[in-house]
Amino acid sequence: MPKLTINGQEVEVDPGLTVLQACELQGIEIPRFCYHERLSIAGNCRMCLVAMKGSPKPIASCAMPAAEGMVIETDNPEVHKMRKGVMEFLLINHPLDCPICDQGGECDLQDQAMAYGFDRGRYHENKRAVEDKYMGPLIKTIMTRCIHCTRCIRFASEVAGVPEIGAIGRGEHMEITTYLEHAMTSELSGNVIDLCPVGALTSRPYAFAARPWELRKTETIDVMDAVGSNIRVDSRGSEVLRVLPRINDDVNEEWISDKTRFACDGLRRQRLDRPYVRRQGRLQPASWDDAFAAVAERIKGTDGGRIAAIAGDLACAESMAALKDLMDALGSPNIDCRQDGAYLEGQPRAGYLFNSTLAGIEAADACLLIGTNPRIEAPVLNARIRKRYLAGGFAIGLIGEPADLTYGYEHVGTTAADVGRLMTGEHPFSERLRTADRPMLIVGMGALAGRDGAAVLAAARRIAEDFGMIDPAKPWNGFNVLHTAAARVGGLDLGLLPGAHGRDVRGILDGTMSGAIDVVYLLGADEIDMARLGKAFVIYQGHTGDAGAARADVILPGAAYTEKNALYVNTEGRVQAALRAVHPPGEAREDWAIIRALSSVLGKTLPYDNLDQLRARITDACPWMAAVDTVVAARWGRFGREGTLSDEALASTVGNFYLTNPVCRASVTMAECVAALSGRPSARTGTDG
Amino acid sequence: MNDVIEAGDRATPPFFFTEANLEAARVIIAKYPEGRQASAVMPLLDLAQRQNGGWLSQAAIQYVADFLEMPTIRVYEVATFYTMYNLEPVGRHHVQVCTNLSCWLRGSDAILRTCREHLGVHPGETSEDGLFTVSEVECLGACVNAPMMQIGDDYYEDLSPDAVRSILDDLKAGRTPTPGSRIGRRSSEPADMPDTDAVTGSGGPDGGP
Repeated sequence: MPKLTINGQEVEVDPGLTVLQACELQGIEIPRFCYHERLSIAGNCRMCLVAMKGSPKPIASCAMPAAEGMVIETDNPEVHKMRKGVMEFLLINHPLDCPICDQGGECDLQDQAMAYGFDRGRYHENKRAVEDKYMGPLIKTIMTRCIHCTRCIRFASEVAGVPEIGAIGRGEHMEITTYLEHAMTSELSGNVIDLCPVGALTSRPYAFAARPWELRKTETIDVMDAVGSNIRVDSRGSEVLRVLPRINDDVNEEWISDKTRFACDGLRRQRLDRPYVRRQGRLQPASWDDAFAAVAERIKGTDGGRIAAIAGDLACAESMAALKDLMDALGSPNIDCRQDGAYLEGQPRAGYLFNSTLAGIEAADACLLIGTNPRIEAPVLNARIRKRYLAGGFAIGLIGEPADLTYGYEHVGTTAADVGRLMTGEHPFSERLRTADRPMLIVGMGALAGRDGAAVLAAARRIAEDFGMIDPAKPWNGFNVLHTAAARVGGLDLGLLPGAHGRDVRGILDGTMSGAIDVVYLLGADEIDMARLGKAFVIYQGHTGDAGAARADVILPGAAYTEKNALYVNTEGRVQAALRAVHPPGEAREDWAIIRALSSVLGKTLPYDNLDQLRARITDACPWMAAVDTVVAARWGRFGREGTLSDEALASTVGNFYLTNPVCRASVTMAECVAALSGRPSARTGTDG
Repeated sequence: MNDVIEAGDRATPPFFFTEANLEAARVIIAKYPEGRQASAVMPLLDLAQRQNGGWLSQAAIQYVADFLEMPTIRVYEVATFYTMYNLEPVGRHHVQVCTNLSCWLRGSDAILRTCREHLGVHPGETSEDGLFTVSEVECLGACVNAPMMQIGDDYYEDLSPDAVRSILDDLKAGRTPTPGSRIGRRSSEPADMPDTDAVTGSGGPDGGP
């Protein structure tokens, strides 16, 4: 434990820390541009200079390991003068166009210039100008502003795992670019916007939309995938203008996927802002009363067994609980939250959770991926796997479709039968799992949604048990299910599964085709095959006009994830509370309240009048739901149904990363991403900036 | 000066190492530990440049990147960083005239002017017959024999405008002028020393130069 003196105070720090980190522990802020906690150390901006006794020159504190006996001064006139010198150099070629810069107001350079800037320049030569680079439809570049901190380069090669950004030329002619200005092919590319300490890389969709001080900032939860990334929603008036990550080391560290960040423009389009009722074959605007009356007319007198409900991928826990209560009240056992038909059981909870937890990935030393492509199903989780991979000593095997996951893996097989072969130890990779201290496996929806879902789940459980993945003594649970839907774990927790003799999604759709099901209640369910709803009367409750709304007979306009106070349970089983950033548009209402209101029209009034009562009911049924933001370890048990494992290929259920739910399908930005990355030449116009 | 070029504008024919260069590349890579083949990027780029007529095309950069299993941008960074990699086509003879301090004091302005006038091209341009590209370069490390220029791999030193003209005429005629000093110096002994053997051979009065 090196002991050093910082500003006259003796401190002892962990070995391996840098001087900058030691100073931070003392609450001393060191200005910096290139240094970032989650990236490698570059030491090239020189802003973090401090004085060290015995050193004739100042030292870059970010790159200097704290050592025994160092005497560091961070706050004396000499240090200030040095930093002012660095700042003056940085500003030589910086355009100082803050008034027209989107970074203005949240710019590291601007902020630090307040402390170390000189109020006039001594540089009278021409400033350099750099041509802007194309980096794809998400990142706007104004490269003259670049100060060459190389954070974006390091992020791309280290965290995102797509080494596509680089610095070409040298000295004053150094420029940051992608090779031949191709769009960056990463699902995490938007994070370079946050990392950029100046306005060189900014958000293209958000360009000139607002100033940071105009925005109302709401700390909430993302629903674009099952990771439950912690986000901050910035809104002005009734519009969500942008989404930024919040730091949560247990979940998303400080990254979010491009879908999380940029799909928010989908919240402004195709919105269902008033109820609709289908009359003479056409959807016509209606009042809430009319819509409820239309539903009541159809449901009253219909036997419960002929009614079904499907919860979609973005549904919050409250609305699903209310829907379940309503279906119970109507006497319907036909309810399901597994739109993709994945085989998952309601019990035990460990059978459908990511038990290792996201942070736990870093403790594992071997990993088997089954029927999943985490890169497109959960990019932030994939970054965590890559982080662990880069640390070394992490054997990764994949059973499923081979893909570029940004890390090396052994391709163990592609079919369900290969899972069986691994289970019986026929494949050499099983030895890697057996000898690992903390092996883990990740089962994706691609493995469970297929014909062999039940058997694959059982095989995965066997693998977990046989290869020492379940060890309560350590404690370690290496069995993980990676969900693709933000609503899924909440739905399973709340028991949105077929009751006794009830039908699952497949059964419901078979029923509608055969005429055994008359009424289907879709709670934001858009991913099912609408053609198979047959002649059924379809109630669609949701916020975006997508496949479900197009097929519906009655549309009940609900609230999107940014418009309600709601609970979501992520793939780890972590309950997180989303907060309302803006109000739902028009006549749209919070989802649980719609179901509650409908229940009284149907004469089956649900026993809660406000959100607190509903949440109390939820936590009565699921006590772990009371522990917001924490993961309650789930008890192990038997699940899955052993059966034959066929030669069915296990491919990810996510076809296109950018188009997985109604919000991103409505998003123009996501459509641009699809166009740009499908190889079509990107549209570059004079207004692109 | 190595200006960053818009490589995206240039369509280039495909590039593959010849059999001989393939072998040479393998020998170079073998110098580095296994898995560290990226260390060979600079010699391989040089190899590619020589094979490709003195410049690195997009295809060549991509080929080297694939050959070394490196991200293309990493190879591109190297190729743009070093001035001795040419990212645009050059003539058969790349005439690089040093105009740095020592050469400048010894008359490099006249040398460059002679090249320009004799070949009819400005620095950075290639003559119409495709034989010559003239560039102005920074110090090539032959200050003691200034002024100097480099053509291909050869240094021509102690130049005068007449010497430059004769060198260029030789090259134009397909002859290879002898590299080295134009005033008969073998090494960097004082230019006005009449008999260099007196110094380098038998030694001075005190046994050394």
